[in-house]
Amino acid sequence: MHPTVRRIPRLLTRHIDGMLLGLIVLVMGLGLLVLYSASNANTARVTAQLANMMIAVVVMWVFANIPPHYLMRLAAPLYVAGVLMLLGVAMYGEVAHGARRWLDLGITRVQPSELMKIALPLALAWYLHRHEATLRFTNFAVATVMLIVPVALIARQPDLGTALLITASGFFVLFLAGLSWRIVAGAVLGSVVAAPFVWSLLHDYQRQRVLTLIDPAQDPLGTGYHTIQSTIAMGSGGWTGKGWLTGTQTHLDFIPERTTDFIFAVYAEEFGFAGSLVLLALLLLVIARGLFIAANAPTLFGRLLAGAITLTFFTYAFVNMGMVSGVLPVVGIPLPLISYGGTAMVSICLGFGILMSIATHKRLIQT
Amino acid sequence: MSELSINQGVEIRNAELELRHFQARLAIASAFVLLIFALLGLRFFYLQIVRHGELSTLADANRITVLPVAPNRGIILDRNGAVLAHNYSAYTLEIRPQDVDNIDRLVEDVGALIEIGPRDRRRFKRLLEESKVVGSLPIRTRLSDEEVARFAANRYRFPLVEVNARPFREYPRGERFSHVVGYIGRINQRELDRLEADGLIANYRGTDYIGKTGIERSYERFLHGTTGVENVEVDSGGRAVRTLSHTPPVSGNNIVLTIDARLQEMVYEAFGDERGALVAIEPATGGILAFVSKPGFDPNVFVDGIDPQNWSELSNSPDRPMMNRALSGTYPPGSTFKPYMALAALTYGKRTPQQTINDPGYFFFGGRQFRDSHAGGHGVVDLYTSLVKSSDTYYYMLANDMGIDAIARFVGQFGFGSRTGVDIIGEAVGVLPSPEWKMRRFKQKWYPGETISVGIGQGYNSYTPLQLAVAIATIANDGVVPRPHIVDYVEDSRTRERTAVATGPARTLDLKPEHLAVVKEALVGVTKEGTSRIAFAGAEYESAGKTGTAQVIGIKQGEKYVESEVAERFRDHSLYVAYAPADRPKIALAVIVENAGFGSRAAAPLARAVLDYYLLGKHPVSSKPEKAAGNASDG
Repeated sequence: MHPTVRRIPRLLTRHIDGMLLGLIVLVMGLGLLVLYSASNANTARVTAQLANMMIAVVVMWVFANIPPHYLMRLAAPLYVAGVLMLLGVAMYGEVAHGARRWLDLGITRVQPSELMKIALPLALAWYLHRHEATLRFTNFAVATVMLIVPVALIARQPDLGTALLITASGFFVLFLAGLSWRIVAGAVLGSVVAAPFVWSLLHDYQRQRVLTLIDPAQDPLGTGYHTIQSTIAMGSGGWTGKGWLTGTQTHLDFIPERTTDFIFAVYAEEFGFAGSLVLLALLLLVIARGLFIAANAPTLFGRLLAGAITLTFFTYAFVNMGMVSGVLPVVGIPLPLISYGGTAMVSICLGFGILMSIATHKRLIQT
Repeated sequence: MSELSINQGVEIRNAELELRHFQARLAIASAFVLLIFALLGLRFFYLQIVRHGELSTLADANRITVLPVAPNRGIILDRNGAVLAHNYSAYTLEIRPQDVDNIDRLVEDVGALIEIGPRDRRRFKRLLEESKVVGSLPIRTRLSDEEVARFAANRYRFPLVEVNARPFREYPRGERFSHVVGYIGRINQRELDRLEADGLIANYRGTDYIGKTGIERSYERFLHGTTGVENVEVDSGGRAVRTLSHTPPVSGNNIVLTIDARLQEMVYEAFGDERGALVAIEPATGGILAFVSKPGFDPNVFVDGIDPQNWSELSNSPDRPMMNRALSGTYPPGSTFKPYMALAALTYGKRTPQQTINDPGYFFFGGRQFRDSHAGGHGVVDLYTSLVKSSDTYYYMLANDMGIDAIARFVGQFGFGSRTGVDIIGEAVGVLPSPEWKMRRFKQKWYPGETISVGIGQGYNSYTPLQLAVAIATIANDGVVPRPHIVDYVEDSRTRERTAVATGPARTLDLKPEHLAVVKEALVGVTKEGTSRIAFAGAEYESAGKTGTAQVIGIKQGEKYVESEVAERFRDHSLYVAYAPADRPKIALAVIVENAGFGSRAAAPLARAVLDYYLLGKHPVSSKPEKAAGNASDG
């Protein structure tokens, strides 16, 4: 065999974190299994999701092979482009389902808020890394402004779920960078004080979602329907569930959005409490691996970015499962790696690609 | 060099410090992640383990719908197995009105396809107004095969209209049994409330009909049966996916009557165009053989819901066909009251059989003359003659001698003025006059003069034909009061097990056999040499009977004055009570023909025809009762 050919496998796996990939593939496999049931054995949909996953893995591989310092160079332009597009959406965006989220670029329509999910933590990590030696209050103030501008634009679309997720990812960067506890406490206190003010800014349907969380039964056929049906599905699963393909809530169409945002209800109904714990454990291992990579990253940029990406992944999982199990309001956040849909799959895996890049480009930077 | 190394050292220390700082933050974040996942795990535990039972129930409630399966209603048969009420299956066109925006438009559109007559429309309107809130209502019943096919080809146009095979109740013998069998109709709100109160509502899920009158109503709980249950799995859109379990309905029990359908029909026909009632009882058992109220009505028009025009015709007819005369019509008994007066006289020692009075044709009391219906009177009259010739004067005097309290006490034992306890709902009490009754009813004291006309079955006396029949059967029974009943037994639809309706006597009266013998002999005399001798001339059996003629006192308030009818409606009612054969009675009867004059003229010949038919199987020569030629005297 030619030496070059012999080196191909090595070239392919050089920047892949084997453990992280193994866990991701495991969760994805579980996702396909649930999707098969949730879609009523719709193989076309399962195939489409499989294609999404393959694309996502390719994207992951690509980003895993981009060294972090290249990413650092991309941070500022991506962020500026993202904010400009969000402004564009605010002025010229297309309206779909009552929200202005899409920007028509002529060739294709894009949702700039998706771009911002990765651009914001990237930009914040880059900014704080640049001022690594002299981090002080003003730097955090600037970072906070960098955070607030896109979040405000996204919240106005309105897209509360994404705004919250991006806020969280930005906050994780700031927090990991050593944001003073006093400010963290102040932010928490401030948000409590601001709550009534925010409430007044919320749209009616957003308020309704929060109210529904407090008492789903008050509107069982309206906003509360999702939560009531998903908790019934989960609860009727019991210890070991009703079995794959036999969940009655799932197959008699009682769970809304059961292949996308509410897919966890299907999983919990058919695999029970035991299945829920297994999934929690798998997700926890993914997060643990991500945090481990962050802890061992050689640069502040890598540490901050890896930590923020991992904690954002955690936020996705936690908000989604909290929503399905009825402890958080219904916001349109999918269960990462499991919910049907290409965009989220790709953006999640893109994040994991960056994580792998950070994990495998240590020596190159250190030398 | 050293400066540089110091600087380097500071930088390295700073970097290490920073790293430790970062790792501390990361540790806090990890702890947060663990905490949140632990909370999620707890939440899952709470939902999936703690609330599992409750939420499973909700999941089942989501997916399982219990569909009621209505049972077949029991059928009704006569004593010989002739069918009086049964079910058949037919296609109906039904609309679920609660889902329709514009009912009239829909009916118009459907009507273009399948004929919907004005009567159907009126009936549908009426159903809309009074039926239960849920369910579908029939707009057309009994579709032909061709109509079903035509609708099937167009059904995509009418998602809210459906063709269903439904069981229908049919009364093959129609009006002749309308007052016995009664009819069923759609359950109305009042009946729904009553079912609810009685805790029967669950068994009526899926049932649209309920017995409204007659046996259908009185034996509703036997006829209805037990509703079956089908557990169906449905999806969130309410569409049935599959049947999970099925408990079949239990058909209602069959009801077998003591009525003889042939006798009943013969009697109904024998009335011709006359109005009236006849009740025939088997004295030994109390089983009712014929229970006729004329005119009747076609009960079949009520089954699908009667249309308003039919309804107003029936309810406004001056002949009052909806009234069950045998059960709830009350009439003065006239002279048919005299046998009980005679028994009272003997029992209380007010008269002996041999004791005679002089009947000049009137009786003076309190300055008022009470006239005998036989001008000039009957001369010397003993007890036998008083019944055979129906002397009024004899009983005026007797009533005066006995006093109202004794009359009421004695006659009341025969069931006059109290319900007989027959097994059909709606029985009238009648009026057994007494000072207490008058005080209760009118808040007035009793006048002795009022006692006189009570003695001949007039005055306040007012009884149902059923009470008259039970009373004469009591004489036939030598004082044993039978418990009248229309149902012989209830037959279990599955086991065929028969449960007889209680037939034991209601009570036995304390009468002396020699007193009874005297009265019974006189009643036989009535048919041989008395007021019904012409009607019973040439009878091949010995019967006992008593004629009666009841005065129609006046027009009731509120009744319309229609000249052509007044004369007829003012005429006396013709009555007859009888039993036969006289020695071992197999049948006792009471008959009233409204406004037909003397008892001997209309009622007695009718009774003769009934007895001939029942005892000998002889069919009457003509369907109309022979009216005996204006024979003179009658009571």
